[in-house]
Amino acid sequence: MTEARTIAAIVGPGNIGTDLLAKLQRSEHIEVGYVVGVVPSEGLARAEKLGLAASADGVDWLLRQNPLPQLVFEATSAKAHAANAPRYADAGITAIDLTPAAIGPLVCPPVNLREHLAAPNINMISCGAQATVPIVHAVSSVVDVPYAEIVASVASKSAGPGTRANIDEFTHTTSRAVQMVGGACRGKAIIILNPVEPPMIMRDTVFCAIPADADTDAITESIVARVAEVQRYVPGYTLRADPQYDEPRETWNGNARVAVFLEVRGGGDYLPEYAGNLDIMTAAAAQVGEVIAQATAVSPATVEPTTVEPTTGTVTA
Amino acid sequence: MTVSPTGAGARPEPVQRELRITDTTLRDGSHAMAHQFTEAQVRATVHALDAAGVAVIEVTHGDGLGGSSFNYGFSREDELTLIRAGVEEATQAAIAVLLVPGIGTMDDLRGARDVGASVARIATHCTEADVSVQHFGLARDLGMETVGFLMMAHRTTPAELARQARIMVDAGAQCVYCVDSAGALVLGDAQQRVQAMVAELGAEAQVGFHGHQNLSLGVANSVLAFQHGARQIDGALCALGAGAGNSPTEVLAATFDHLGVQTGVDVGGVLAAAEEVVRPFLPRWPKMDRTAVVQGWAGVYSSFLLHAERAAERYGVPAHEILQRVGELGYVGGQEDMIIDVALELVRQRDQEPPKSATTLEGSSSSEAASARLLSPAARAGSSG
Repeated sequence: MTEARTIAAIVGPGNIGTDLLAKLQRSEHIEVGYVVGVVPSEGLARAEKLGLAASADGVDWLLRQNPLPQLVFEATSAKAHAANAPRYADAGITAIDLTPAAIGPLVCPPVNLREHLAAPNINMISCGAQATVPIVHAVSSVVDVPYAEIVASVASKSAGPGTRANIDEFTHTTSRAVQMVGGACRGKAIIILNPVEPPMIMRDTVFCAIPADADTDAITESIVARVAEVQRYVPGYTLRADPQYDEPRETWNGNARVAVFLEVRGGGDYLPEYAGNLDIMTAAAAQVGEVIAQATAVSPATVEPTTVEPTTGTVTA
Repeated sequence: MTVSPTGAGARPEPVQRELRITDTTLRDGSHAMAHQFTEAQVRATVHALDAAGVAVIEVTHGDGLGGSSFNYGFSREDELTLIRAGVEEATQAAIAVLLVPGIGTMDDLRGARDVGASVARIATHCTEADVSVQHFGLARDLGMETVGFLMMAHRTTPAELARQARIMVDAGAQCVYCVDSAGALVLGDAQQRVQAMVAELGAEAQVGFHGHQNLSLGVANSVLAFQHGARQIDGALCALGAGAGNSPTEVLAATFDHLGVQTGVDVGGVLAAAEEVVRPFLPRWPKMDRTAVVQGWAGVYSSFLLHAERAAERYGVPAHEILQRVGELGYVGGQEDMIIDVALELVRQRDQEPPKSATTLEGSSSSEAASARLLSPAARAGSSG
């Protein structure tokens, strides 16, 4: 007998939700049972066409379903998720939050997912963070990083109205994640929207201040290994060039610098390839769901539901 | 004719002024200074500009509040220290700050307001005005005069630029600038953009023009802009600014004086400020050398100049080739990191295909109309020989 797949719901059937659905439909461990919106939409119609239970009656409808989902992926807005999150928690549903609500821990799969597998609510931070925090962490795993800075460049067409109306939210959230999750003492984030045609593929640059005597070979090795880890769930995540090292400078408080140039090409599931910024969010969220589903999967023989033992933290020095 | 500034927040105008010159030596000039301004330089420059009757003086990191970074260069002095110094020196002038959403934040603007900055200039790429809405709202709430800055204006049509200006005005901008960040607008290009913006905004807000000298047209474009309705014009002493520099404030003052246009600026005063205050600390006089001209020609953000020169030195590829490729790829203000990426790419190409004429870049054979040439970065490339 094969084990039962974890039942999931997608709340927010917009572009992100639809792309996420495409990714989850390939999953061995997750079955999308429900797609939920608050108004009739193309996304809901698309889900219905795929034979999924879809409703425009919001979370009220979702919470009346039997069985309830074990996982909900929320791709609405920070405000909507803030309202919905306590209801999921009360119903015992784990929420994977793709909005900037940041109710639960900030999670970047290859960095700290293992620590938060049992969290009732997991926040996917931001596209820029998903692309850059793994690298900051790869560096801070080898040496102290007194300061890290990331620059995310995205195609204008891939920046939705939510991002545009509150671009400060991106810079704040992402710089916080560079520190708290990436392990830099101070973090800074910059986002640039570029309208060039054809649209540019998402690009990210990570600058880390590193000690003057840092072992650059060890840092490069850590970065390359980390890129390979991210590639497992974002195949279009690549290094544009070898990490670049700059000599220590007085204006850098005597630190040296490593610069890492990344490209994030989307999987083109529902969203266009250039929208790597959106793809890396849906891919990372799907990865979180996948790992949680595997960790909590109850084999038919087991009676007691498993509690997840946090495995060894990935933060190793 | 006297045009009074629109809306609340503007200072009372003690001087009859048909045109307001904003001096940005201490902001755009920050690029040319690699962000190494000292407090003493700021004090001396503000003092001289203020005494010469310049009504608005911008003091910020070249990339705006929060620009001090690996990507753009770290400021030698904390920018709030410099802004406060400017505020202390000014007796009649207002101190302006630049904020580029995505780089700086509303917290940075609050900090600048706290130390006395009274004009908020909010900058976006020319097609992305909607990212500035929250910042204009805050600036107005803080009681600041507001100016919108539509950068790289050569990259869109006059009609679209006007539409973007409308977004900024609806969000609270009291003036919107056509910003020729690449120094790529050639006379009529500048004129048409200003005309379209004036037609759109009417009496609701003023229109401004910010020129660069990469093709030597900063002052000429500024005159055309004024003649077609612009009422705020940017300059910098000794042209101290990105690329080949800005329209020199002292030349603007002298030229408009010649035209009988009242700016309220004392020509002798700004000439002295340029010659006696700024010139002694210039690391080099911004000039139309090959790299700077390529910026105007290929439509490249002027602030990329020093970054391209540094990458050229580090990776051994010519700065003008880097900049030309940057133009082809259509990078916008803020993407300084891509300069290193392009340099690495050129190194790879050079190493793969040894010594041909390395300058033959993929260009478009496009012979589209002049306006299209402005819009399309690829079309600007041509094949360089």
